[in-house]
Amino acid sequence: MLIKRKLVVFAAAVLLAGPLMVSMAEAKTQIQWWHAFTGRLGDLLAQQVADYNASQSEYEVVAVNKGNYSETLNAGIAAFRAKQHPHILQVFEVGTATMMSAKGAIKPVYEVMAASGKPFDPSGYLAAVAGYYTTTDGKMLSLPYNSSTPVLYINKDALKSAGLDANSRPKTWAQVEKILKALKASGHACPLTTAWQSWIHLENFSAYHNAPFASKANGFAGTDTELTFNGPLQVKHIDTLGQWAKDGLFIYSGRRNEGGARFRSGECALFTESSAGYAGVKKEAKFSFAIVNLPYWESAGAPQNTIIGGASLWVMAGKDNAEYKAVADFMNFLSSPKIQARWHQDTGYMPITMAAYEHTKKQGFYDQNPGTDIAIIQMTAKAPTDNSKGLRLGSFDQIRGIIDEELEGVWAGNKSAKVALDSAVERGNKLLRRFEQATR
Amino acid sequence: MEKRVTFGGGVLPYLLVLPQMIITAVFFLWPASQAVYQSVQLPDPFGLSTTFVWLDNFKFLLSDRYYLESFQTTAVFSVAVTVLSMGLALLFAVMADGVIRGASTHKTLLIWPYAVAPAIAGVVWLFLFNPSIGVVAFYLKYAGYHWNHVLNANEAMLLVVVAAAWKQISYNFLFFLAGLQAIPRSLIEAAAIDGAGGWHRFRTITFPLLSPTTFFLLVVNIVYAFFDTFGIIHTVTAGGPERATMILVYKVYADGFVGQDLGSSAAQSVILMVIVAALTVVQFRFIERRVHY
Repeated sequence: MLIKRKLVVFAAAVLLAGPLMVSMAEAKTQIQWWHAFTGRLGDLLAQQVADYNASQSEYEVVAVNKGNYSETLNAGIAAFRAKQHPHILQVFEVGTATMMSAKGAIKPVYEVMAASGKPFDPSGYLAAVAGYYTTTDGKMLSLPYNSSTPVLYINKDALKSAGLDANSRPKTWAQVEKILKALKASGHACPLTTAWQSWIHLENFSAYHNAPFASKANGFAGTDTELTFNGPLQVKHIDTLGQWAKDGLFIYSGRRNEGGARFRSGECALFTESSAGYAGVKKEAKFSFAIVNLPYWESAGAPQNTIIGGASLWVMAGKDNAEYKAVADFMNFLSSPKIQARWHQDTGYMPITMAAYEHTKKQGFYDQNPGTDIAIIQMTAKAPTDNSKGLRLGSFDQIRGIIDEELEGVWAGNKSAKVALDSAVERGNKLLRRFEQATR
Repeated sequence: MEKRVTFGGGVLPYLLVLPQMIITAVFFLWPASQAVYQSVQLPDPFGLSTTFVWLDNFKFLLSDRYYLESFQTTAVFSVAVTVLSMGLALLFAVMADGVIRGASTHKTLLIWPYAVAPAIAGVVWLFLFNPSIGVVAFYLKYAGYHWNHVLNANEAMLLVVVAAAWKQISYNFLFFLAGLQAIPRSLIEAAAIDGAGGWHRFRTITFPLLSPTTFFLLVVNIVYAFFDTFGIIHTVTAGGPERATMILVYKVYADGFVGQDLGSSAAQSVILMVIVAALTVVQFRFIERRVHY
């Protein structure tokens, strides 16, 4: 209401004052960006926006925090229903299918870029990152913003005090098991813990072993997809972790990244976590640590490549062309090598373009901070297959919740891995059918 | 003929109840009717297309074994919270009623937790019992008990019940204390002169005379346990481990705002509304009869 009234007043003023108001009519085009970052990430984001606004005089970006990922997505959806939505909405990777299916609510990035007339080369983006947000025929739907992939963090001091080689770099889970047993034998209370169990030990696990997580190319080829993560490889892995939980080799910390505090404090020796956890570990850990590739089981497909987590920027529908031009300009700025390289180095998130990666390499960042390029190498080592491009599943936030519940049953020793995964698949498929029906 | 006092009709009485009617309409009738309307639809998250599905949302829910389990979880949780918070509050009220020195300090301290928001109460208890950094968990480990509510369903339930009850004790305490102070001293003194002991006096005089307060609190506490404990569940367990603390109201949130499944979420709200209405009717019909006013 207030905005409308202001517009009316403004319009009246322009009409009355006529030529005198020329300078006012040239006011900056303002675009709204709703995001989910607080704390240090929020500060770094605000810095990017401030840099952009200072770099040119035509457009102005206003960044607003709307809570965590789920809350930001909800705010965007509620605002769209009320026709008060922002131009750019940051949506986490599990919301991708939801956004894609909302055809009337979004404007694909490739269209925004094409309409702006600005040069835009999708091939300059890291395929492993951008692929998650690109259609099967190569059209970029949303701009990757913050992307990471899981790696293994090792407390070298803990290995040393257990009489192990502090520089050992386990490649496979079988090698990890030996380390865990040695740690346990030396009296270590928490040999291994993890963050984001579904993302790391099922979603990425499947991609890394070139096993399908869901049919129809993990949902990329249609919403009539069905979950398939109860295959023999996944069952074997979860079964092993369950056995480790029973033997006190694997300690479950929680559904999100609660394990982070336990690793950083030195309580847990090995930790599977996002590569973006690097900044926190580096800042807080009072021991020497190493970052190595996510381990795998020796099998036909492994190691393939891991997939990303994080968020991308979606452009919302229903704005005018001048505003989309501003959005395109801002997205070009965000993708530029310097801005990307700095974001990558400050946060531990992946660079989204090859140029940013090369820029960082040239600066000698990876030599000074060993382990920071592990994630990129792990993701880009092989060309992604249908099983390792990413996931595009509706209601996926909820399906992750179901997986969390079932896995907790395994860690607590109430369920076998097979029963838990079968149940998760069955329950998840029901939600996929509902999603298919709702978005038809 | 009986003589009645009547007030003149006209506009004034309607005008006087109007504000209350408007509030009820805006904050209850309208949203409730919206929930009923949405519960027979299957909308996509953005509201771009909506399908009318009759009672499919209800069928989907009632065929879901896990949804039915939530009823059981909610029943256990609500009864435990109500019994614990009312029992302890009554105990504290009786004791505070007898305190002479420093009475107001005691009362103030007991009322304090009510000022704490449920989410904050949840975080406070979470910090005390966090398996790796919690103070209480640390001493339990010292005493030989390994506390881990992250994976142990019973411990998780215990923790949310304690946190939810703790927050509500103050409220119950306040009402019980007021109720106790309204009981004429002469009755209790007379019983004492007749030789009734402390427990006997409480059981036969104090407690029956407190029954209107107890009844009122019972209704309020059940509604509290059903709805207002959302913040505690959200911060402490988020419904886990497995689904051990997934109470109905938390599932409404999880399906609606995490899952973007507004049809199912609305259907669950309608079911919840029916349950609470039914519970309140039962309470008024069957329990209120035993209440002495």
